[in-house]
Amino acid sequence: MAGAYLPIILLLAIAVCFGLGSLVFSSLIGQKKLSAVKLQPYECGCEPVGSAQERFSIKFYLIAMLFILFDIECVFLYPWAVLFKRLGVFGIMEMGAFMLILFVGYIYIWKKGALEWE
Amino acid sequence: MVSLNFYLVLSAILFAIGTIGVLTRRNAIVIFMCVELMLNAVNLTFIAFSKYLGNLDGQIFVFFVMTVAAAEAAVGLALMIAYFKNRESIDVEDMNLMKW
Amino acid sequence: MDTIAIPAINLAVIAPEVVLSVVAMALLLINVFVKSEQKGYLGYLSIAGILGTLLMLIPAWGSSVEGFSGTIIQDNFAIFFKVIFLISAAMSILITDKYLEREGCNQGEIYPLILFATVGMMLMASGTDLMTIFLGLEVLSVSLYVLAGFNRNNIKSNEAGLKYFLLGAFSTGFLLYGMALTYGATGTTKIAKIASYIAMNGVSSSNLMLVAGMILMSTGFAFKVAAAPFHMWTPDVYEGAPTPMTAFMSVGPKAAGFAAFARVLLVALPALKPEWSSLLWVLAVLTMTVGNITALYQQNIKRMLAYSSIAHAGYILVGFTAGNAVGTAGILFYMLSYAFMNIGAFAIIILVGKKGEENSNVSDYAGFGYRHPVLGIAFCIFLFSLAGIPPAAGFIGKFYLFSGAIQAGYIWLAVIGVLNSAASVYYYLRVMVFMYFKEPTEDFEWVKLTPAFVLCLLIAVIGVLVPGVLPGLFLELAQKAVLM
Repeated sequence: MAGAYLPIILLLAIAVCFGLGSLVFSSLIGQKKLSAVKLQPYECGCEPVGSAQERFSIKFYLIAMLFILFDIECVFLYPWAVLFKRLGVFGIMEMGAFMLILFVGYIYIWKKGALEWE
Repeated sequence: MVSLNFYLVLSAILFAIGTIGVLTRRNAIVIFMCVELMLNAVNLTFIAFSKYLGNLDGQIFVFFVMTVAAAEAAVGLALMIAYFKNRESIDVEDMNLMKW
Repeated sequence: MDTIAIPAINLAVIAPEVVLSVVAMALLLINVFVKSEQKGYLGYLSIAGILGTLLMLIPAWGSSVEGFSGTIIQDNFAIFFKVIFLISAAMSILITDKYLEREGCNQGEIYPLILFATVGMMLMASGTDLMTIFLGLEVLSVSLYVLAGFNRNNIKSNEAGLKYFLLGAFSTGFLLYGMALTYGATGTTKIAKIASYIAMNGVSSSNLMLVAGMILMSTGFAFKVAAAPFHMWTPDVYEGAPTPMTAFMSVGPKAAGFAAFARVLLVALPALKPEWSSLLWVLAVLTMTVGNITALYQQNIKRMLAYSSIAHAGYILVGFTAGNAVGTAGILFYMLSYAFMNIGAFAIIILVGKKGEENSNVSDYAGFGYRHPVLGIAFCIFLFSLAGIPPAAGFIGKFYLFSGAIQAGYIWLAVIGVLNSAASVYYYLRVMVFMYFKEPTEDFEWVKLTPAFVLCLLIAVIGVLVPGVLPGLFLELAQKAVLM
């Protein structure tokens, strides 16, 4: 029973040792020449712009909410797609009804102006 | 092989963490995240039982739980935004307009 | 690749739900394509949709049809409850329009949301699979969270919506965990199969997983029907929500919760009856007592009715604890009459309110009975019925609930129920004392009836008095609708 976990435990141990080890050794061995540029937060090599704790527009929440709703519906598309051929016409009709309902929601948010940024 | 019991214990622990989180946290969004943790603990239970029993019902149930959780998340976020606009806070300690 | 055999799908079973959802979606679209001045029609359209659904339901009475491989059923029990939901939705819509106009949050979305909530309740009442019940519950709850917070510029409404959402989602977690454990213990989510599995394999109270599942599901349902000690959200949500929505959610969702609760316990888990009836016994006593005692201290009439609705959940739990035919028929009858009396009472509360000032303190009703004699009498009828004083329907309902308990041998439970009912008379009478025996401080000149309000109040008065005076027909219907 416990044997089944051995590889995972071993992997965890190695990962922890490697992570800690590289931090400890680099702080022990490495030279410390700090400069203003070096202490800047790393942002893909670009100049950091603005503070990280800036407030951002509430519109992002709206987009995120709508995204979640339409995104999660894909959950039902996967099993349907796998069995698409075997479900036949019935499957297409059922998915059509499902999509139609989603489409009603889509038209609603569109007309409501939720998709416009300004 | 990992037996069914391990999954059940794990999901029970996750469910308990979620419950404790709901009861002790003060930020509405964090509370909702704890609720989501509870729901996912339940999903794990369903999946584990489904695999153990060789019965797909549990997995179908999980699909629906996920969808419902997403709908709840959207509605919850919308309510929190509406509340925040009027109150400038989503701390549940501040939700005290109505008291007996 | 061979095609999959499509299981028998009986669309006739869900035809009422389909019609109502299509109407709701159509309203949603009409709402965005029509100018805001014309939105008054949406309410009438939704009522037309509800009436159409009712007309589809009534011919189905007396038959029991299953569909979707046994995940949904349309039997008398479901139909009886669906009629309650549709009536309460229609009555709430009648009193919504004027309220929204007054509060300046007149948005057409409220009608589709009410209809979606109703569809959810209907699914709960006819679901015979834990999955269908869960989905119905969530369709209902998600719509209700929005409805509670619908007046989005009002901070109290925001707070009500958010509180309801957080606690509702929390309770959903418990309900689901209970469903998961029940599934694990029996290997199925279908209610009839759960029962047959338990009967065949002799699973009983010794199976801890099943018992835990039953307890967790009961917790979830107790949250939804606002039974103590899971009632804490009720007064806040009822006070903060827009008043027509308070009326709606104090009736429909409570009935839906009891419908699903009854189906799960009575049909799926009759083997655990000793366990769940002792659990419900405690819940019933706590709910009645906490609801009534706290209601005694309330100054705000919306809060008072919230605690009174908790107490009423307790009375219904008394009939539920009994678990016999009389008790169950009592539940059905009581839910029906409760819909009329409670929505009627809330309609009066809306009339007494002004914009931004709900006038919901009991003292605001001083002299109301003299200034508006007809409305005063109507309010008295609703309050008498809530208190369970004959000849109102509330009395007959309580009588049946308690006699069900006595038949099942729960004498003490019935005694506690009667004592509670007697205590409750105090706070209902207190409102009447203010209405008739206190000097009026205001003229109530702003109280204006609209035709929709008159219709709603008329239906409510008839719905309270007719079953109260002539209970025979309604009791017969309720007895035909019980689950056993």
